[in-house]
Amino acid sequence: MENLKKTPLNRVHRELGGKMVDFGGWDMPVQYSGVIAEHLRTREHSGLFDVSHMGEFYVEGEDAIAFVDKLTTNDVTKLIDGQAHYSALTREDGTVVDDLLVYRFDGGKLLLVVNAGTTEKDWDWITSHKADENITLTNASADYCQIAVQGKDALSIVQKLTDTNLEEIKYYHFTVGKVDGVDAIISRTGYTGEDGFEVYANKDYAEQLWNKFLETGNFGEETGILPCGLAARNTLRLESAMSLYGHEISDEITPLEANLGWICKLNKGEFLGRDALAKLKEKGLERKLVGFEMIDKGIARDGFDVYVNDKKVGYVTSGSPAPFLKKNIGLAFVPVDLANIGQAIKIDVRGKHLAAEIVPTPFYKRKGK
Amino acid sequence: MANIQENLHYSKDHEWVAVDGDVATIGITDYAQHSLGDVVYVELPKVGDTLESHEAFGSVESVKAVSEIFTPIAGEVVEVNEGLNDTPEAVNSDPYGDAWMIKVKMKNQGEADAMLNAAEYEEYLNANA
Repeated sequence: MENLKKTPLNRVHRELGGKMVDFGGWDMPVQYSGVIAEHLRTREHSGLFDVSHMGEFYVEGEDAIAFVDKLTTNDVTKLIDGQAHYSALTREDGTVVDDLLVYRFDGGKLLLVVNAGTTEKDWDWITSHKADENITLTNASADYCQIAVQGKDALSIVQKLTDTNLEEIKYYHFTVGKVDGVDAIISRTGYTGEDGFEVYANKDYAEQLWNKFLETGNFGEETGILPCGLAARNTLRLESAMSLYGHEISDEITPLEANLGWICKLNKGEFLGRDALAKLKEKGLERKLVGFEMIDKGIARDGFDVYVNDKKVGYVTSGSPAPFLKKNIGLAFVPVDLANIGQAIKIDVRGKHLAAEIVPTPFYKRKGK
Repeated sequence: MANIQENLHYSKDHEWVAVDGDVATIGITDYAQHSLGDVVYVELPKVGDTLESHEAFGSVESVKAVSEIFTPIAGEVVEVNEGLNDTPEAVNSDPYGDAWMIKVKMKNQGEADAMLNAAEYEEYLNANA
């Protein structure tokens, strides 16, 4: 446990009674008050998340856009200053090195935000693909804290701490401003299915910002903001059917199979993995990611097998109780001919084949979106 | 600190046993429920099932994980707590009371006495948890 990496908020998590676990080499809180309470509070009011373990890379220079466009599936040339998009780093064969957010700043400088457990792998991947482009790559992961304020109260909480008019920031857009007097990137993004902001700042201000968000969000009151751990982060993203690297996408899965065709701009020009993805699309997929709901009592977990007519046809990538929907849900890969809404499937729950049904995703969609 | 009740017998798998005549009531400890987190589902055996010592008799599922429950006591299941179907969260709020899981007619009376007492269980937790 000694060698675990710590975010600048580690001490705060411990003070708040966070239950700490080893998450991909990071010492992170899996929960504080309880995953169900944290999940529900985020859906109904607001939740606060430390995501400082995520990696941040800057790509600057005249070839920055062309370079990132060559390595990622989404169309970087379409981004305008102050806009971000979801994308994937793909290999030649179309499988996924990581999923990421790409932010475009003034002058075409780009910020890539990648997963914590894959930061080093991604950095090696990106730097090894630099040829003679005129770019500067900077791994700024250790310099930043990243704090997510999520839920319908998020806007009013963050607004109290900044002069920037947050209403004007559209979803998947961002601005550079001050939060509680601290220089920050204020991004209207998140991983919960709710409206909200992700705030990036120098790590030295992590505790100040975290505590300010708690205070401004009336932490401790019945409808106040709650610090949320990784468990709630996972159930919130699963209800919203967002992919988690290593589960829905991985070294062995292409984005097309994971319903991420919308981030694969196959007509944008050459990029790493384009030909493989185009070929796969032309040939037709063999398997596809679907959402399912348990009908029988029982909970599907990651890795459980999926059966149809007593034949193993696929597996669960993520499965869990859904605290807001009060159902047991999951995502699974099944053959394309079975990937239809209403299809009956069975999940092998420790030897028992329990009934489930393929349902539309996302399982949860916030009102007004 | 985990709540430990006097007058109960404890296993190293974090089950508790209360003995009344030849019937043992079995549940999981406060420490166990705390480790699991929010419990959402409890799977229990049927009345009439026969259990060997240390056999898994059911499972407790939290949002995050599933954990098997083992009986420290051999015998026949004479009652199961059906209430946990509707209120699995009782495992978190009242592990030694409302959330008892099964009652077993003991095959061997001595088995409970061989378990840890409250002080020994506390010592075990301090050393291992």
